[in-house]
Amino acid sequence: MKFSARSLFANALSGHKNWPEQFPNKEPKKEYDAIIVGAGGHGLGAAYYLASKYGMTNIAVVEKGWLGGGNTGRNTTIIRSNYLFDESAGIYDHAVDLWDGLSQELNYNVMFSKRGVLMLAHNVHDVQSFTRHVHANRLNGVDNVWLTPEECQKKVPILDISPNRRYPVMGGAFQQRAGVARHDSVAWGYARAASKLGVDIIQNCKVIGIRRGADGAVEGVETEKGFIGAKKIGVSAAGNTSVVMEMAGLRFPLESYPLQALVSEPVKPIVPCVIMSNAVHAYISQSDKGELVIGAGTDQYTSYSQRGALHLVEHNIMAICEIFPVFKRMRMLRNWGGIVDVTPDRSPILGKTPVKGLYVNCGWGTGGFKATPGAGHLLAYTIAKDEPHPINAPFNLDRFVGGRLIDEAAAAAVAH
Amino acid sequence: MSDFRRQNRGNVDNNTKVNFTFDGKTYSGLKGDTVASALLASGVHLMGRSFKYHRPRGPVGAGFEEPNALVTVHRGKGRMTPNLRATTLEIYEGMDVRSQNKWPNLKFDIGGFNNIFSPLFPAGFYNKTFMWPKSFWDKVYEPFIRNAAGLGPAPKEVDPDVYGSCYGHCEVLIVGAGPSGLAAALAAAKKDQRVILVDENARLGGSLLSSGEVAIDGKPASEWLTKTIMTLEAAKNVRIMRRTSAFGYYHDNFVALAERITDHIPNAQIGQVREVMHRIHAGQVILAQGAIERPLVFNGNDRPGVMLASAAQSYMGRYGVAVGKEVIAFTSHDSVYGAVFDLADSNIRVGAIVDARASVSKDLLAMAQAKGIDVHVGSVISKTTGKTRINSAEVYNPATGQKTKIKCDALLMSGGWTPSLHLWSQSKGSIKWDVETGVYLPDVANENCVCIAACNGDFGVETALNAGSKAGGGRKKYDVTEAEWGSGEIFDQLPNYITPKKTKAFVDFQNDVTNKDIILAVQEGFKSIEHVKRYTTNGMATDQGKLSNLNALEIAAKALGKEAPKVGLTTFRPPYTPTSFGAFCGYRTDDLFEVTRKTTIDPWAEAQGAVFEPVGVWRRAWYFPKDGEDMHAAVARECKATRDSLGIFDASTLGKIEVVGPDAAKFMNIMYTNPWSKLAVGACRYGLMLGENGYIYDDGVVGRIAEDRFHVTTTTGGAPRVYRHMEDYLQTEFPELDVWLTSTTEQWSVIALNGPNARKLIESFVEDIDLSPEAFPHMAVREGKICSVPTRLFRVSFSGELGFEVNVPSHFGRQVWETLFEAGQKYDITPYGTETMHVLRAEKGFIIVGQDTDGTVTPQDAGMSWIVSKKKKDFVGKRSLQRTDLVAEGRKHLIGLLTDDPKVVLEEGAHIVADPTQSVPMDMLGHVTSSYWSESLGKSVAMALVKDGFNRMDDTLYIPMPGGVTHAAKVVKPVFYDPKGERLNVV
Amino acid sequence: MMLIHCPHCDEKRPEVEFAYAGEAHIVRPNAEQQQAMSDAKWSEFLFIRDNVRGEHCERWWHANGCNMFFNAVRNTVTDKFIKTYKIGQKRPTQAQIQKWKSAK
Repeated sequence: MKFSARSLFANALSGHKNWPEQFPNKEPKKEYDAIIVGAGGHGLGAAYYLASKYGMTNIAVVEKGWLGGGNTGRNTTIIRSNYLFDESAGIYDHAVDLWDGLSQELNYNVMFSKRGVLMLAHNVHDVQSFTRHVHANRLNGVDNVWLTPEECQKKVPILDISPNRRYPVMGGAFQQRAGVARHDSVAWGYARAASKLGVDIIQNCKVIGIRRGADGAVEGVETEKGFIGAKKIGVSAAGNTSVVMEMAGLRFPLESYPLQALVSEPVKPIVPCVIMSNAVHAYISQSDKGELVIGAGTDQYTSYSQRGALHLVEHNIMAICEIFPVFKRMRMLRNWGGIVDVTPDRSPILGKTPVKGLYVNCGWGTGGFKATPGAGHLLAYTIAKDEPHPINAPFNLDRFVGGRLIDEAAAAAVAH
Repeated sequence: MSDFRRQNRGNVDNNTKVNFTFDGKTYSGLKGDTVASALLASGVHLMGRSFKYHRPRGPVGAGFEEPNALVTVHRGKGRMTPNLRATTLEIYEGMDVRSQNKWPNLKFDIGGFNNIFSPLFPAGFYNKTFMWPKSFWDKVYEPFIRNAAGLGPAPKEVDPDVYGSCYGHCEVLIVGAGPSGLAAALAAAKKDQRVILVDENARLGGSLLSSGEVAIDGKPASEWLTKTIMTLEAAKNVRIMRRTSAFGYYHDNFVALAERITDHIPNAQIGQVREVMHRIHAGQVILAQGAIERPLVFNGNDRPGVMLASAAQSYMGRYGVAVGKEVIAFTSHDSVYGAVFDLADSNIRVGAIVDARASVSKDLLAMAQAKGIDVHVGSVISKTTGKTRINSAEVYNPATGQKTKIKCDALLMSGGWTPSLHLWSQSKGSIKWDVETGVYLPDVANENCVCIAACNGDFGVETALNAGSKAGGGRKKYDVTEAEWGSGEIFDQLPNYITPKKTKAFVDFQNDVTNKDIILAVQEGFKSIEHVKRYTTNGMATDQGKLSNLNALEIAAKALGKEAPKVGLTTFRPPYTPTSFGAFCGYRTDDLFEVTRKTTIDPWAEAQGAVFEPVGVWRRAWYFPKDGEDMHAAVARECKATRDSLGIFDASTLGKIEVVGPDAAKFMNIMYTNPWSKLAVGACRYGLMLGENGYIYDDGVVGRIAEDRFHVTTTTGGAPRVYRHMEDYLQTEFPELDVWLTSTTEQWSVIALNGPNARKLIESFVEDIDLSPEAFPHMAVREGKICSVPTRLFRVSFSGELGFEVNVPSHFGRQVWETLFEAGQKYDITPYGTETMHVLRAEKGFIIVGQDTDGTVTPQDAGMSWIVSKKKKDFVGKRSLQRTDLVAEGRKHLIGLLTDDPKVVLEEGAHIVADPTQSVPMDMLGHVTSSYWSESLGKSVAMALVKDGFNRMDDTLYIPMPGGVTHAAKVVKPVFYDPKGERLNVV
Repeated sequence: MMLIHCPHCDEKRPEVEFAYAGEAHIVRPNAEQQQAMSDAKWSEFLFIRDNVRGEHCERWWHANGCNMFFNAVRNTVTDKFIKTYKIGQKRPTQAQIQKWKSAK
């Protein structure tokens, strides 16, 4: 049933009794042409594009829990593409291109709101680093402009730009095409669209092994629901990638860290765009429900506990109150943790692996949500063609051997 | 006294009236009232509007679980607090309380039209629409949705209040001061343990404050309570914390508490601490948080006047407030009978008890009959009426089809009790489903923690007291006379003859989630409880699902045809109750957010009117403007003065590490790319440090003070990580080396003197050091005295001029600086800041790690192959430098740029291309890393990282700027000033 | 706030005194070994980590304390420390870890 105002109205008249299941949960078949491990936004996106763009419909997505229950449903939903290096700008801008129009393509409103992302500069080093980004973005065709402190305040009236603050605002980089989306809807929208194209989504089906043949190539996955055959397996398991890759005998340059986020109680609109500050170490936006959505970096130690430390939350809130002292009377409503997998250069790994038929999409660290459609599409391409798309070709595993890292964080090196 | 107030009941002061306003209208309550109890005493139930449909709502509870009665309190500029629960807000004289989420007023709210169209807004409706035409999303739909957001108003002024922060330690932390918590505290206190007892309410006692007639050890419960509180308050080892919410349970029995101090005080002064966050390390945690009554899900259950039976009992017991004159009770649990009898005894007419269960114990029926109360067994409420307050309810018996309309002004409901497992679950204790009572109960602890009494599913005062005593390590057995607690039955949603299309039975009141929404979610394939929660937003309101989660679970389970535990339970996340950002900040706001490190010379610079810049954790003098100079003019003057005569610069922020020990040189050989063994005592060398990945990590001048002693300097921002990096290698990889490292950054003040007159200035102040060029050449260090204080005097230069860096113990820094500055007047000594330092070094092509390099640059890339030892077998980063991509062609190289138009100062960060006419995306070669106006050279100078730069010498490259301007610049070696270095040696 | 036992101080101290320092027992190859290694092997030393879900041997630095680095076995699912021990002690075997666990 197509989603529209009209169908909503028609169903209202019939008491909403006729809405079908959006993504029927299937039992696994014996064999598929390809299996995606992990039903987050990335994995479901890959399945959708495999089916819609590359004609592979005999495929399954297997998920150990409920779809969209990992980082897709736990992140702060920021979408932007104002990255420095050509490779990064390429991959994230590809994603932003797909975000634009995704609701219509999926017939599912993912509520991508291009309210813009403002990154604040608080010292001379920030100014140098952000102007470097702005110039690189401009010549790469990625929108990102430099704003003076006054222009920043015009965008965000509650911003205190007095020069006497501990972290004064010395300007900011603003990307208008960036913003936020409704995270759960992305997973549901892809799941529904993929299901319609014949993709089997199998929830509560943990992968416990990867079977390889005599030639080393993959033959399928062992799961809690038995063996499922497939000559192509795409792993898109975020924080749990190391665990899954180990099943294929591969050790990966990944470490998994807790990443916390929090929301406040809902209030009337006050934060008009996403505001990020690297120096103060926090970012904030306001959801369509009115909650302030706040986050920062990861906890310091590797962990799969989905549980973070209080002092990080404290610092995160202090940082937000440093940028916006008006928020001291707001209250934290909910605080949660996810598990993010981080590579040595904090850029993703998306491509083939040393094992034939095994493909991987991982290492997105704290920034995976924004890449969802792009990562999904590029993983689909790589699986379908058995070779990477030019956009994700640089994000291979070999870069760690030769040293051609894509290190955005290093490029924003700390001050002298 | 209003018709709703009962004299001498509850813990309010009948003789002290307190006036406050609600939406501008003055009401009067009694001291000890909450906003909700005072309004109810005035006959007001309507206190808020729901989130989605703007339905009129009254309080459903009497405590922190309240989803409906949310209000805003105003108390002056910057002190507006939204979304407060009227049920927990203690009133004070003059309190200004306002309702929320309505326009123009609470009784007539335009947003209430949403209610009429509610059939169009089922769960997940927004996923299904607002998609066409596409352009409407950005311009029309999305802004519209955003404007509808939020409950209370957003703060727009800075909060002037202050917040506190404390740590605490105890053997026993008890959360909840009801009978079980109090008994636990008594027992633990006797054992001489440090006990902290916290309760979120203003009064201790929990259920004892509102229960009917209870006798403990033969005496009225109130007497026991008074005596117990006195005993505990007298005990030195017990700390009682009222108005304190234990909101988060973290690793290793670390519990966070938020204490509210001034919100209930009239005229709370600015400067008084409003809230304090306490972080408690507890040996043992006893969770005695009780249970929360569960609403029933039936048509019309959200009308103002419909509330939990326990809430009605609390309003009477705690505040002497009758929630209505004629009430009906609707229940599936025995506990309601006691509550209703209690109200009947308090002169409230009870029209009926409607019991959804097929049978009820004969005793209860007999007691009801004795009080003249009709009990409708096996019946339900099928609808309610009343616009902003309930005025009748229809009783329906599904078996007989009989319907009876009963007038009422309040309806009390009870669907049983849900133990409060929030903190237990946060501690990662496991839970199990109890089939009999239809609730989750604590199972296996993960920390040293117990859940007792009602929050362990064990009800009744005697049970609670004995459980408390046992948990506190006592042996006392209490003897309690009380009504039997009884049992109940769990219903998902109650039967009705009215077609579902025409009913509204709410599960999550605040978010307007109905049973139909949950069933729709399941129908659409949302089968995990987490999916149901997210699709419907059930449990995501500010009460965090305290009232709604289990009802939603039952409804979803039934729709799925599964047992509830098979559907799961959503995770409990901190905080237990919403907690102020201010409490998280404590005193660490504004200037105390993060310490600003200042050198001992900083106050001098401030007095001189320096402009400062934040650099890492430090603030540094940026430039010293004179007579209205801007930065450009000041820097030009400072540069010229330094090159012409003498400049003085505070370099104290440079990181400093003392490397000492017999193996010090060996260790330095490992840490730096260049060799150290042969460096003579008294000589200095520039050192370059790599990460193990081969990229430049840090740099600095190192002086050899003795055979076994190096004075290492690092970049200002890099000091902490370089120190860690060194300790890491020393302790982990080279523990056999006999070396000690000490961070000495703050031990030394560093005064840099640069300019042809530098030597002349210090000559008369230096003792024990021969300053002659022969005895003290460039790149040397000597120990001696300056201005009569000990110094390590370096002859080094980061400007290209004759230079000295005077290191003196920090506490002498200011004194030596002022002495030198005074004496330097004859050379027109000029203080300069970091900007001039940058210009001077850029003119010489000296790099700044972190500006001209960025963590992706090798020594070769930076044109510094000369500093990478070929002979040393090992140093950190050596092997990585040999990797294929690090020796590949086409890497970016650090080069100099001279603009064709010498007046043009390139923008740092601007990108460089070979062909400016190409279209976007352009093929970029690199970027400008440093760029300054050079007053000394009369032209701009720049450094840049450019692809294959060393092979582009004398090429012209282009820098396309916004607005169509393109600058041209020639590639040169990055040394612009005095390339032969002659000025280092002026005599 | 985790409480971490520092084997040098022999005391449990709050987490904020410590800095995490990555997986333990990754021995840096000596000069000769480095030169004999392929880029691929060297990159394993640099970048490949166990990242286990379960018992993890890792390093911590008592940065705001005694300034010593030490090793620990911690369960990455529960975040519970099983044992901390000094640098130089061998990587514990699974059997040893199980023994420590049952002794707790």
